[in-house]
Amino acid sequence: MDTQTEKKLNIERDEDGHLADYTEWNEEVAEQLAEEEGIELTDRHWVVINFMRDDYEEKKEAPSIRRIKTYSDVGTKELYQLFPKGPAKKASKIAGLPKPKGCI
Amino acid sequence: MKRIVILGAGTAGTMMLNKLHKRLDTKEWEFTIIDQDEMHYYQPGFLFIPFDIYERDDVIKPKKYFLPPDARLKISPIDHVDPESKKVHLSDGEEVPYDFLIIATGTDIRPDEIEGMKEDLWKRDVFDFYTLDGAVSLSERLKNFKGGRLVLNIAEMPIKCPVAPLEFIFLADDYFKKRGIRDKVDLEFVTPLSGAFTKPIAAKHLGRMMEDKNIHLTTDFNIGQVDNDEKKIVSWDEREVPFDLLVTIPTNMGDDYVMRSEMGDELNFIPTDPHTLRHKTYEDIFVLGDATDLPTSKAGSVAHFEAEILEDNFIDVVEGRECSQSFDGHANCFIESGGGKGIMIDFNYDVEPLPGKYPWANVGPFSLLKETKMNHYGKLFFKWVYWNLLLPGRQLPLESQMTMNGKIQVDKEEEQKEQVMT
Ligand SMILES: Cc1cc2nc3c(=O)[nH]c(=O)nc-3n(C[C@H](O)[C@H](O)[C@H](O)COP(=O)(O)OP(=O)(O)OC[C@H]3O[C@@H](n4cnc5c(N)ncnc54)[C@H](O)[C@@H]3O)c2cc1C
Repeated sequence: MDTQTEKKLNIERDEDGHLADYTEWNEEVAEQLAEEEGIELTDRHWVVINFMRDDYEEKKEAPSIRRIKTYSDVGTKELYQLFPKGPAKKASKIAGLPKPKGCI
Repeated sequence: MKRIVILGAGTAGTMMLNKLHKRLDTKEWEFTIIDQDEMHYYQPGFLFIPFDIYERDDVIKPKKYFLPPDARLKISPIDHVDPESKKVHLSDGEEVPYDFLIIATGTDIRPDEIEGMKEDLWKRDVFDFYTLDGAVSLSERLKNFKGGRLVLNIAEMPIKCPVAPLEFIFLADDYFKKRGIRDKVDLEFVTPLSGAFTKPIAAKHLGRMMEDKNIHLTTDFNIGQVDNDEKKIVSWDEREVPFDLLVTIPTNMGDDYVMRSEMGDELNFIPTDPHTLRHKTYEDIFVLGDATDLPTSKAGSVAHFEAEILEDNFIDVVEGRECSQSFDGHANCFIESGGGKGIMIDFNYDVEPLPGKYPWANVGPFSLLKETKMNHYGKLFFKWVYWNLLLPGRQLPLESQMTMNGKIQVDKEEEQKEQVMT
């Protein structure tokens, strides 16, 4: 199923299944990536995705949950509702960004 | 006179002051170092306090012992920095102008960031060991612990000394064995990471060690709250871990003066050039130690390697050259693994910890990623190195066996404590 949609999208992925090149992303791609994760995108999802893409432009790194909750109006609880289980990983995938690096 | 102002007289600030004081002409340069606390804490020693291996007196000395007498030590909380007018504003009202500013205010724990953490059970069944008071009260609680579930939880990354939680759980295993009640204690290590540690090879190694010691590992756990009534921690994705005794590493953040100065990121860490250690926006500000946002460990060893780089870069800048030295993220740590043994890891921005040997003139080599007694001695010996070589800004590795041998005698006491342990 996953590989089928991946083929359908026909965009190169990295080893984590995230887009290899974030500039190949557009809103349609996001819809499809969300579908892979079983998520239907609402306005609130888009607030997160847009923040993440803007932040990535500047920092060249996918933001952590704490960063999202500090600089957008979406709190941790809501993030977990929007992107169940692993919001930072799932949202970064749908936003076309690499997996957040995590920490050292 | 030109003015160098250093914020924070902890590990990094003290080292930096001593190094620059040796390099610069004190007829031309005036040194001020600012801290809110008159005492210096040897934080790596906090780990040993809960298990009665060290006590309060082992880890605390007046800051002024470690500073050049002609440098000014100003005791006051910092309120904020104004980088445009080049002034530091202190909480007691004083304004301190600078030509160059070095920021080394570190990071501290913030239990208030987690819902329910600082409530009824705080310091009764919920403890930290990243502060001296936390470590001392935990040692009392451990003495009365007769059995049950001891849960160690890391709230959020990054934390300073990311190996300290592992060491804690290994030492707890050892401690309960010695008390003869290990079979009555469940040890669980609950982490937001996907493994026992941040770097894959080391994580595998350490994960295996946990298994061998019968320590349960719970991964990908992002704590949402502490439930004080039912004594459990609950993750954001609604998993629950019950505890009788919770040892927490709360969120680590830079001090709030960083926020008031509008100089930090979401955790009050300061955007720093990873190679030159210069502030990313202000050319006359440098940052080192735990206060930076750099992608390497927040550890004393890192502060030491950074200080060596920054010493040269700083001289370059004041003499009108470009920074000549580049920091590579070098970190190394001894990890206490219990039973009088330890392991060692060594890594940088690009190379993760690997097995092998770490050569250290006259004392080493230390075995990397392998449990040995030598690594354990290295860890204990580090306390002496810290007070006597590191803080005064002396060169490491040690110059000769002779001077070293002579001075180890000072810490005979420690060796004895050590023998009681093993
Ligand atoms: C339990 C534990 C175990 C550890 N074990 C190891 C280990 O084995 N090996 C290792 O290498 N490292 C270890 N570390 C980490 C090491 O102690 C730190 O990385 C190191 O101390 C960082 O130095 P620093 O100067 O950046 O910060 P600190 O030494 O913490 O100094 C910061 C200073 O800034 C001052 N300050 C902060 N805000 C203000 C303000 N607003 N106004 C005035 N003053 C302020 C503080 O009072 C403090 O004195 C351990 C840490 C802990 C907690």
